[in-house]
Amino acid sequence: MRHILSILVEDEPGVLSRVAGLFSGRGYNIETLNVAPTLTEDLSMMTITTEGDEAIVEQIVKQLRKLVTTLKVVDLTGVKSVEREMMLLRVDAEGSKRAEVLRIVDIFRCKVVDVSLDELIIEVTGTQDKLGALINLLQRFGIKEIARTGAVAMRRGMQE
Amino acid sequence: MELTGAQILLESLRREDVDVVFGFPGGAVIDIYDQLPNYPLRHVLARHEQGAIHAADGYARASGRVGVCLVTSGPGATNAVTGIATAYMDSVPVVVITGQVPTPLIGNDAFQEVDIVGITRPCTKHNYLVKDVRDLAGVIKEAFYLAATGRPGPVLIDLPKDVQQARCEYKYPKTIKMRSYNPTYTPNPKQVAKVADVLRKAKKPIIYAGGGVIASTAGDDLVWLARSQQIPVTATLMALGCFPANDSLWVGMLGMHGTYAANMAISHADLILAIGTRFDDRVTGKLSEFAKNAKIVHIDIDPTSIQKNVPVHIPVVADCKSFLAALRGHLEAAPAEDAPAPAERHAAWLGTVAAWKTEKPLTYDQNGGAIKPQYVVEVISRLTKGEAVITTEVGQNQMWAAQFYQFLRPRSFISSGGLGTMGFGFPAAIGAQMACPDRLVIDVAGDGSIQMCIQELATAVCYDLPVKIVILNNGYLGMVRQWQELFYKKNYCATCLDVAPDFVKLAEAYGAAGYRVTDPAQVESVLAEAFALPKTVIVDVVIDREENVAPMVPAGKSITEMILV
Ligand SMILES: Cc1ncc(C[n+]2csc(CCOP(=O)(O)OP(=O)(O)O)c2C)c(N)n1
Ligand SMILES: [Mg+2]
Repeated sequence: MRHILSILVEDEPGVLSRVAGLFSGRGYNIETLNVAPTLTEDLSMMTITTEGDEAIVEQIVKQLRKLVTTLKVVDLTGVKSVEREMMLLRVDAEGSKRAEVLRIVDIFRCKVVDVSLDELIIEVTGTQDKLGALINLLQRFGIKEIARTGAVAMRRGMQE
Repeated sequence: MELTGAQILLESLRREDVDVVFGFPGGAVIDIYDQLPNYPLRHVLARHEQGAIHAADGYARASGRVGVCLVTSGPGATNAVTGIATAYMDSVPVVVITGQVPTPLIGNDAFQEVDIVGITRPCTKHNYLVKDVRDLAGVIKEAFYLAATGRPGPVLIDLPKDVQQARCEYKYPKTIKMRSYNPTYTPNPKQVAKVADVLRKAKKPIIYAGGGVIASTAGDDLVWLARSQQIPVTATLMALGCFPANDSLWVGMLGMHGTYAANMAISHADLILAIGTRFDDRVTGKLSEFAKNAKIVHIDIDPTSIQKNVPVHIPVVADCKSFLAALRGHLEAAPAEDAPAPAERHAAWLGTVAAWKTEKPLTYDQNGGAIKPQYVVEVISRLTKGEAVITTEVGQNQMWAAQFYQFLRPRSFISSGGLGTMGFGFPAAIGAQMACPDRLVIDVAGDGSIQMCIQELATAVCYDLPVKIVILNNGYLGMVRQWQELFYKKNYCATCLDVAPDFVKLAEAYGAAGYRVTDPAQVESVLAEAFALPKTVIVDVVIDREENVAPMVPAGKSITEMILV
């Protein structure tokens, strides 16, 4: 099963390789990885999506906590949370294709962030499913390149 | 006061109560060596960095204190890696200081530059590259704290040459608190209550003790638990000595070369108290067959050890000593009045276990004119009354030492368990002798392993260390040969050590004493003489060449499937 892990770490050299090395050294799988600063100057947030059964993910979480540079690990799977990923796509949009591509952009509430004679760069944000669906739809026009941030996620606030 | 980085390092070591540093110099640490004579530290100059790091490790294992090792950059650092990994696998507190090229050269493939922080990341508990002398004192404080607390382990500090030379105001932190590191020492009281409860109900309990018992100095607490509750005790290689081998509750080591009684007992128990241990594959054998009938209680300070290999019914994250104290509180506070006393409740079980012990004890065939290695270890055990510090190399020698020496107290058995590092035993004995100058320290060695760090004879002789090396000389890489015999149709490829040095002459060449024994009748007298000699001694005991270690559980089999003698 797919799990999203939020990992709060010290922002210091080598932290990323400690985490990445843990995954590669123990044969765990990283599907996506995102690292960025937080509001606290010397802390970073990593978001990792990984695949594995319950026992493996429990080990991954414990091993991550054991790293001396880790402050907090939360497995957001099974917790009410929002998940988003951003993607840029370079799509072939020559001549007659352009109108149809733009219609899809509209329906998916994407943004066109660059226009040229024969192609568009599209920016889209959403869940993994939404990004997957968009790729499927645009494939037949010709996707020349994509760049994705990997998922980021956050626990929802209390509802009761 | 303003100090250089080198001075800060040495002054901080002094404040950490370090009394001995095991090291080997080089260009990137000359500044530290230049200052060393000004500080009240003994330095032991090894003859190879592997010797230095194993000695620091042996010192730590024998004393319970942090061992310290100092080596230069590049090859000095990489030579120490095997020893760092050895300490990591066995959770030994060691602080390793490596020199590094000056910071402006880092990343330029400078002379003797190696990314030792990158190389040792997976085999240290934590490591540091110090780029600013103002960080140094704090890093050293953290390094000692990390090495010794929680699940102990090696910590490496990489110290560039320019940082050693730079100056800054020195202030050593008195206390330390790290927001991202807070090991759990005290057990959750609810979990302890559950353990007390299942323990009262158990009919066939067993204690399975690991190295954590020794690391947390919980030997006495364990003895109390076993005796007061009448629970048989088995232990891993790492925990030998945590329970006296002459106690009737002792069933011996378990696992691949464990006793018949220990492997039977753990397989038939209804309750396993796994304390400070990690269910290593050499202990469990085939996992799906392991302890199928038992409830498992697992106490460990490292949460990653729990539920890693086997499903556990009652997990307890805690330091073994704190846990055992809490459990004792429970057991003493509420003696269930109507319940029968433990001795009565476990009577049938204790009888069964005792029968396994007498039915198939550790044994060997004493007939024939050749010296049996098991006999040699028995003689060592008898002559030293179980009071020596025994280190081992790796292979058959290690298993015979583990099986046939009667360990009576913690920190008496020092062996590379997790990594199985040949060449460990002798330098570790040097470290142990530095830690325990008044104890007899004996390396039970193999003829193969001893050659991997034989150069440390110079170290032992140089510092007048009366370490004894008893080589169980079979002319083979014996343990590998045993596997070839049993599982590879006796294809003894690359395991016969045809050419070997004359160990007696070798000892003498280094200024140590040497003996050779070939006659069983002489074993005792020669060993007694060697042990009485106040100097470094090699005793080369020529043993029955193709003797095997038994019992043996073939890799991947259930631990009840033992090949007996
Ligand atoms: C550094 C290292 N290399 C290889 C091995 C694999 N190995 C395990 S036991 C053994 C044989 C050791 O021979 P010896 O020291 O003579 O001990 P014996 O088994 O004969 O008592 C070998 C080669 C190892 N454990 N460590
Ligand atoms: Mg041998």
